[in-house]
Amino acid sequence: MSAPGFTLVVVAAVLYSSGFYLLLQRSLMRVVFGILVLGHAANVSLMLTDRAITLPPLLTEHEGPLSDPLPQAMALTAIVITFGVTTFLLALAYRVWLGDENDEVPADLEDRRIGRLAEPEDSA
Amino acid sequence: MRAATLEGTPSRPADLLRPARRTGTAPPPGGRCASVLPMMIDVPMLLPAILALHAVVAVPLPPLVRRLGPRAFLLAGVPPAVSAVWALAQAPAIVAGRAATAEVAWAPALGIGLNFRVDALSLAMIVLVSGIGAVIFCYCAAYFHHGERGLGRLAAVLVLFSGAMLGVVTTDNLFALYVFWELTSVTSFLLVGHDDRKEQARRAATQALVTTAGTGLLMLIGFVMLGHAAGDYSISGLVADPPDGGPWLTVALVLVLAGAFGKSAQVPLHFWLPGAMVAPTPVSAYLHAAAMVKGGVYLVARLAPGFADADLWRWLVLGFGLATMLVGGWRALRQDDLKLLLAYGTVSQLGFLVLLGGAGTQVAGVAMIAMLLAHGFFKSALFLTVGIIDHQTGTRSISRLTGLGRRMPVLAVAATLAAASMAGLPPLVGFVGKEAALEAFVPGAAPAPGPEGSAVMLTGLVLGSILTFAYSARFVWGAFADKSTVSERGFRRPSAAFVAAPVALTAVSLGLGLAPALADPLAQGYAHDLPAGHHAYHLSLWHGITLPLLLTGLVIAAGALMFVRRRAVSRLQNRMPRWPDAEYGYHLFVHGVYSVALSVTRRTQSGSLPVYLGIILATMLLLPGARLAAGLITGEIAVPGVQGAFRLWDSPLELLVAAVVVVTTIATVREHRRFPALILLSVLGFGIAGLFVLHGAPDLALTLVLVETLTTIILVFVLRRLPTTFSVRPNGWAKRLTVLLCAAAGTFIALALWLMTAARTDAPISQGYTERADEAGGDNLVNIILADFRALDTLGEIVVLATAAVAVASLVLLNRRNRVVDEPAAEVAVEAEEEARLSAAAEEHADSVAAHAAAEPALGQGQAPARGAGAEAGEAEMTVRGTAAGPEGAGGESRAEAVGGGPGGGEPAEGGPAGGPRPRPADAPGDAADPGPAPPDPGDTPADSADPPPDPRETPADPDDHEGSDDGRP
Repeated sequence: MSAPGFTLVVVAAVLYSSGFYLLLQRSLMRVVFGILVLGHAANVSLMLTDRAITLPPLLTEHEGPLSDPLPQAMALTAIVITFGVTTFLLALAYRVWLGDENDEVPADLEDRRIGRLAEPEDSA
Repeated sequence: MRAATLEGTPSRPADLLRPARRTGTAPPPGGRCASVLPMMIDVPMLLPAILALHAVVAVPLPPLVRRLGPRAFLLAGVPPAVSAVWALAQAPAIVAGRAATAEVAWAPALGIGLNFRVDALSLAMIVLVSGIGAVIFCYCAAYFHHGERGLGRLAAVLVLFSGAMLGVVTTDNLFALYVFWELTSVTSFLLVGHDDRKEQARRAATQALVTTAGTGLLMLIGFVMLGHAAGDYSISGLVADPPDGGPWLTVALVLVLAGAFGKSAQVPLHFWLPGAMVAPTPVSAYLHAAAMVKGGVYLVARLAPGFADADLWRWLVLGFGLATMLVGGWRALRQDDLKLLLAYGTVSQLGFLVLLGGAGTQVAGVAMIAMLLAHGFFKSALFLTVGIIDHQTGTRSISRLTGLGRRMPVLAVAATLAAASMAGLPPLVGFVGKEAALEAFVPGAAPAPGPEGSAVMLTGLVLGSILTFAYSARFVWGAFADKSTVSERGFRRPSAAFVAAPVALTAVSLGLGLAPALADPLAQGYAHDLPAGHHAYHLSLWHGITLPLLLTGLVIAAGALMFVRRRAVSRLQNRMPRWPDAEYGYHLFVHGVYSVALSVTRRTQSGSLPVYLGIILATMLLLPGARLAAGLITGEIAVPGVQGAFRLWDSPLELLVAAVVVVTTIATVREHRRFPALILLSVLGFGIAGLFVLHGAPDLALTLVLVETLTTIILVFVLRRLPTTFSVRPNGWAKRLTVLLCAAAGTFIALALWLMTAARTDAPISQGYTERADEAGGDNLVNIILADFRALDTLGEIVVLATAAVAVASLVLLNRRNRVVDEPAAEVAVEAEEEARLSAAAEEHADSVAAHAAAEPALGQGQAPARGAGAEAGEAEMTVRGTAAGPEGAGGESRAEAVGGGPGGGEPAEGGPAGGPRPRPADAPGDAADPGPAPPDPGDTPADSADPPPDPRETPADPDDHEGSDDGRP
């Protein structure tokens, strides 16, 4: 049993914290940044499953412990999908901005309205 | 469908004690069975098919009703009729003790199957559900008018209800029973709310649904507990071998009884039944007299052989049943509306039935079957009578009806006989049943509920019967008598076919009364499972001079007196203090639920996305986080450092890269200017790529570098248009709290990951990939995994990318078409856009003069808001003016203006603060036009390429229009 290097754990902690913080911002563009950062955090998490720095998973004449290819394959997929999602979110954010010149995520008016109700609308 | 069997003679030891009676009705095993079996073997299997027939017939009914009118109800009556015929064909075998069973596998692993088992009790219920059902469908054909609103739906739902009810009374599985049970609740909701334009109908429907389905949920919990305790979810198995006592069994029984009481309208849940009388009368006759409300009675009677010995069960059933009988009877006496009178009468009778069904003695069981049949026949006949009266005279109010007995003599005779059956007069089946019921509680005659209890029950039954007699008399008098104080109303006599239904139902009441031996085998078939009294009891008109007969005499005398002195009774009723209204309790409950929901919503639903996400993070910290902390404190979770497996880094170089990543990440968070943030973000990405390199993942690093580059380029394109800085919120405790929350959440995740990976014991599964790399023919394991072993994942990835690409393309291209419209101004904007499109078409197909003319009005409108704009708008204004100065410019330019002017001119009313951003759309396409991509635009997207070509015929007209309007403008 061996744990991953603590440096990498600290990096993951910083990435997750920052990603969450950006996600909680009002500015839509920072939310997109947050998702980008969270994508990195997820990839670093996948890397945590590897024991130590080893040779790349290439079957060559070099003998020695290879790094685990499965998390790498997953991370590769994750990187590409994060890219797709980010692009899509950017396009959406851009549309929102074009619509009302506002980069901020507005509060849900319907939710606010319900919150202001003093009495149930239908008490049957 | 797996098996169709006829059960052999029941194996209960009690049967061995009664060989004489058994041999009287049942054939010896072997002999006749062998000859009967070939015919019978497939017949039970028809039951699931008959159930399905209900659903199949329901589907084409709405269009059929539209075409044929109410006559289509005759078709709708086919499934119940088939089912009744099937049941009657099975009757000889069933009353002989051989239940018909059929089985359809559903979810055998969960103990859920569509098992059907028809015994005597089910048979009695099928007679009500399908037999009376078929009659009522025929009656519907005469009752409803052609073209009545929602009639098709009514017919279809009524058939579905009939099928669901048939399922309730025939299934042998607790879960299937629950499903059918709730199906009847839902169909009842739709039927009660038939006239959905009436608020009263909607409310009554909701009330009925909430009460029956709500208690049904309690019942489901009870079912699960019962089935779990018994290890068997089949009803027959549960009753034959009930689980041993214990507190949970008690709870389960209470929950099941709650469901039964809700369905059968027992006090204090009875209020929904009178409310449901807003349903059309045939529906009331079917659901609220014959079939649905008997569901609870059926369930109580079904479980009684297994559970009636429990004291709690007995006293709940007897107590609530008796209370319901008295309350219902008392309130029925007050009613002026004939239908409401019957409704409260039904409540009363349901209480009577529940107490008989739950008493759990043989005589009570016999009486229950007799009363079940009797009530079904007389009450539905009376409801149908009220339906006819209402249909012909337009009222069912006692104080407005007079002389109907003279003018509808046949109906009057039939209804009087039915009411006599209700009142318990000989020679009707109601009398036979009531005699049996009184006998069941003669102290000492039956094993339960003990002498004192029996005396109390007997007194209650006599009181209830007196009330029943009194309201029966009141019904007959109110509906048919000549009243000197009421003036007669003119009406058409009902057709013979219309009257036939109540007459037929009453004929059955009379027939069963004159020949109780017809119903006796059925009653005995149900009751033989129950503990017997001192002697067997058979249904009969004459038992000699017995206590029940004397009591019946007392009931008739007292009831008649109550009817004769009805004014005194009504004065007494008015003087009684008003009891707490059960319906008021229901309203309080519903209002309470709404209020709680609202206050919860008000506290949690702030409408702010960050708050919602924050709640999610806090929940993550609170639940798994607390668990992790607890595990760490108790030492349950091993920390790597303790075991000496702790490593600070994998290589010193990693520390450097990690430092870069951490610093850029934090700087990204703190940066409020868009481009520096962007640059930091890409540095961060490249830093991560460096980490990949250090961890032996060159493929990852390569991909990430490529992706980061692309992302950065796209971000530059987007951010170029956005404000230079992000909106900044003032620092404060909220921000500090957010930072704290996010830091805690991130730390928690990283810590959990660290501990989880450290706790790993097995070797990675990718070893298998390494071994099979040769088969895939490659050296790079990551590539092999992506392209070979997990190729389907890669395909999915490609699909995701393609979807994102299509979405992005449509979002961006849509922008160039400038279809950004504000929701409230959508119509205006669409008009403006239409105008713009036309002008674009004009500019392509007509000469340049027409193009200018088309462009100018749009310009004129576009300028107004532009002038009132702020700093940003100044830029826009210049763009607009620039093009305005050169109307003879390129075609592409003038098109862009027209497009830009559309939304601007579409909302001229919005000035002031909206004026600032307004010209923006104008300059965005202007920008796009600069490099010159605008001219090919019309043919850009497939959807639009169709737009301009048809124009040539219209185009000459359209520019003329513009010219015309233009002429007037200067």
